[in-house]
Amino acid sequence: MKLDPVAVTIFITLFALVTALGFVAAGWRRGDLNQLHEWGLGGRRFGTVVSWFLLGGDLYTAYTFIAVPALLFGAGATGFFAMPYTVLVWPLLFVVFPRLWSVCHKKGYVTAADFVRGRFGSKSLSLAVAVTGIVATMPYIALQLIGIEVVIAALGLNMALHVGGVILDLPLLGAFAILAAYTYSSGLRAPAMIAVVKDLLIYGTVVAVIIIVPAKLGGYGALFHAAGKMSLLAPPPTGSLGSYSAYASLALGSALALLLYPHSITGVLSSSGREVIRRNAIVMPAYSLALGLIALMGYMALAAGVKAMPQYAEGFKAFGPNFAVPALILQMFPSWLVGVAFAAIGIGALVPAAIMSIASANLFTRDIYREFIRPNCTPAEESRVAKIASLVVKAGGLVFIILLPQTYAITLQLLGGVWISQTLPAVILGLYWAGLRPSALLLGWAAGIGAGSWMVAQSGFKSAIYTLHLFGTAIPCYAAVAGLALNLVIAVGLTVLLNAAARMPLRDATTAEDYI
Amino acid sequence: MGRGFRWHYLLLLPPLLLLWVPSYNRSEPALFGLPFFYWYQMAWVIITAVLTYLVYRLDGDQR
Repeated sequence: MKLDPVAVTIFITLFALVTALGFVAAGWRRGDLNQLHEWGLGGRRFGTVVSWFLLGGDLYTAYTFIAVPALLFGAGATGFFAMPYTVLVWPLLFVVFPRLWSVCHKKGYVTAADFVRGRFGSKSLSLAVAVTGIVATMPYIALQLIGIEVVIAALGLNMALHVGGVILDLPLLGAFAILAAYTYSSGLRAPAMIAVVKDLLIYGTVVAVIIIVPAKLGGYGALFHAAGKMSLLAPPPTGSLGSYSAYASLALGSALALLLYPHSITGVLSSSGREVIRRNAIVMPAYSLALGLIALMGYMALAAGVKAMPQYAEGFKAFGPNFAVPALILQMFPSWLVGVAFAAIGIGALVPAAIMSIASANLFTRDIYREFIRPNCTPAEESRVAKIASLVVKAGGLVFIILLPQTYAITLQLLGGVWISQTLPAVILGLYWAGLRPSALLLGWAAGIGAGSWMVAQSGFKSAIYTLHLFGTAIPCYAAVAGLALNLVIAVGLTVLLNAAARMPLRDATTAEDYI
Repeated sequence: MGRGFRWHYLLLLPPLLLLWVPSYNRSEPALFGLPFFYWYQMAWVIITAVLTYLVYRLDGDQR
């Protein structure tokens, strides 16, 4: 692709700015970064405004900005499930997560696995939750790096280095090094500060898109005209719930999964109080509106006809529908705005990637290293291990996209959603019900992960939708929801049976007052 | 349970109505060129925010 000096200069300048911010952040609301809760949770001091930016930067990732429009571009209305999905997340946050914040604050828990160990007195259940979190996060980090890769390629900056058959993308490695360095030195404070810049850029870009693109294409009506029949879900055939149940279960399953990801829990726990979480659940939907408008960029790309243009053929060949948004921006925007928009997407990848690696590092340090390897480690050692673990996790994401085809990262991300959902009974139900049996939870978790993975495998790892047949009706369903249903039946059913057979003394380190 | 416990249940509306897909899978009535399917779901962003705010005010912190 052609290199545009104006766009590239603006892109690099903005990247340099956030890099500087990332290092400055270490001294912001100064705390002892040799303590895990300071490095990994920002000292639990973020108020409503900072939390809003942090959670927004955390949950609406670069991949969202690239992949959701790409879905509409390629598959039409189905891709819009991201809208109900991001609406349903916030009532759940409002009702459930203040409880988690309270108990974690009172007991000094840093991760969901910490809470599960305290609540149920089970090391194996806690380990299951920790490992699920780490494994589900790695492909998610890889997807963020893909987001950066796409915009770097669209800028014409791809300077590849061939080392023994492996292609190393130098600008990507540069972005990665920056990310690794400031995460290591500043912890969660860095993405919190950078998230503010990212949001200004994203909102600026969204406003520009809304004003410029429909005017050039002939109004919003023209966009949906370009999408044609794809702009609505296909009505299901008789005897099947077809696209309807697929759409609904994708929205529900994704909403349930999102808040269970380690990076979400880290974001929630870093706030300074339960009030902060409740207020943010009210104002977070502002992001969802922006997301809805960004999603429509998929149809804008269709209407603009970028796919047929020879200058973008190379990009579409390399990235598929994920190139729709970059191509649209290149086609419609003046150079300087291209630089701003691509920087918004690129920085939008750095923020969540940093939080994800910190969250995984917290899990590894607290729930694997301190629990199974060095039970008597000092707080300083704990913090040091977490910093190193954050580098290892990020490097894992990098290795993913260098060595494996991109489709693998996307498949694993799909599986990641299925897996992380299976921690819901232990983490969310566990907030309300101390009498759950750890053995029942563990069995339900294993069954949910097994069944969910099997369902995704049936499609050759291409789709997370599996068609269930119940009472003569075909129900296409997101594997995460189907797996979770099985998981819940086992966890709850077995708990009731075991409790009926014999009362067991609870090994609950928390009390009812810890949750309020 | 504390006062105003009932208001909490308002928050069941978004999932119930948004997961009932056939109720909104159509193009008419359109708004500013957006088919019903799109603007209806986007409208729920605002409705959900308002509902959450109402519950926040009416229930206080339920704990």
